[in-house]
Amino acid sequence: MHIPDGYLSSQTAGVLYALMAPVWYFAAKMVKKTLDARRVPYLALGAAFSFVIMMFNVPIPGGSTGHAVGGTLVAILLGPWAAVIAITVSLVIQALMFGDGGITAIGANSFNMAFVLPFTGYLFYRIIAGNSQPTSGRRVVGAFVGAYIGINAAALFTGIEFGIQPLIHHTADGQALYCPYGLKTAVTVMLAEHLLIFGWVEAVVTALVIAYLQKVDSPIFWNQEVK
Amino acid sequence: MMKPTTKLWIGIAVLIILSPLGLIIPEQFKAGSAWGEWGCEEMRLLVGYIPRGLEKLSSLWNAPVPDYAFKGWENAGLSTLSFAYIASAGVGITLVTACVYLISIFLTKK
Repeated sequence: MHIPDGYLSSQTAGVLYALMAPVWYFAAKMVKKTLDARRVPYLALGAAFSFVIMMFNVPIPGGSTGHAVGGTLVAILLGPWAAVIAITVSLVIQALMFGDGGITAIGANSFNMAFVLPFTGYLFYRIIAGNSQPTSGRRVVGAFVGAYIGINAAALFTGIEFGIQPLIHHTADGQALYCPYGLKTAVTVMLAEHLLIFGWVEAVVTALVIAYLQKVDSPIFWNQEVK
Repeated sequence: MMKPTTKLWIGIAVLIILSPLGLIIPEQFKAGSAWGEWGCEEMRLLVGYIPRGLEKLSSLWNAPVPDYAFKGWENAGLSTLSFAYIASAGVGITLVTACVYLISIFLTKK
C-alpha cells in the first residue's frame, strides 16, 4: 500500500500533502493535550510496532504481497490522533531510509495509512467496544472488526488515488504518464487483496495483541483513562 | 518485576529477529512486488511501456538502504538478505524511536 514516487502526479501528491497538513496540525495539538513524559515510551512503541509489522510481507501465492499496518491497534491503545503521529513517523523513515513508499507520496501514504486507517478502525472499535470493561471480550471483537474495516478503507483510498491517474494524466496517444491502471482495476485489486487476505492478517494481529495486553493487564490502555 | 514497557520492547525485538519471514515466505510462494509498487522494468513488462512521469519521478530519491537490503547486495543469497533485513529493522526502529522522542520534546504537556 506504499505508493512509490512516480505513480501519482505531482498535482495529486500535492493535494494529498495539503489534505494531510491540517490533520498533522490537529494531531500535534490533540496529542499535546494528553502526552506526558510517562506516555512517550508508548508512543515510541506504537511507531516501532507499526514499522516492524509492515516488514512482514504476506504473499498471495504466485502473485503480489501485502502486509498489516497495525494502525487500528495503535489508535485503540493511544488514541487516533496519536496514531496519526506514530504511523507518519514510521512512514517517513520507511520512505527516506528504505525507499518504501515515495517521498512525493508521503502525503498520500500518510492520508491512507496514518489517517483513514486508524480513524476508520477506531470508529468501528468504539461502536463495538462501547463502555465495556477494559478486559471485556467485546474489545477484542471490536479490535478485530475495526482493524479489518480500517485497512480496507485505506486500500480503497489507495486504489482511488492510483486509479484516477490515467484519467487525468495521459499523452495525446493515450499512454499513461503515471499509474497506468484505471479506477476499475486499481480499486478492484486493492480491495480484493485486502478484503480476502491482508485485512484478515491485520484483524488477527490487532485482536491478538489486544487480547494479550488484556491478559497481562497492561497499563497501556491509557487512551480510555484520560479524557 | 519487569517494567511493562521493557516487556513490550522485548516483543518488538522478537519481531525484528523474526522479520526475515516477511522476505522468505513470499519467496517460497513465488510472490512478486506489491501491487502498484513495481520498478520501471517490471512496469514495461506489465503494460508494454514505462509511463513518462513514472520514469522521471521514480529515481527522484535514492534511499540509503533501498528495499531493506544493502546496496550492491541485491543478488546475494537469502541468508545474506535476511541479515540485511534484520539490520534494517533494527536501524529503522532505532530511527523511529529517536524521532518520536524528538517530537515528544515539543508535544509533551508542561
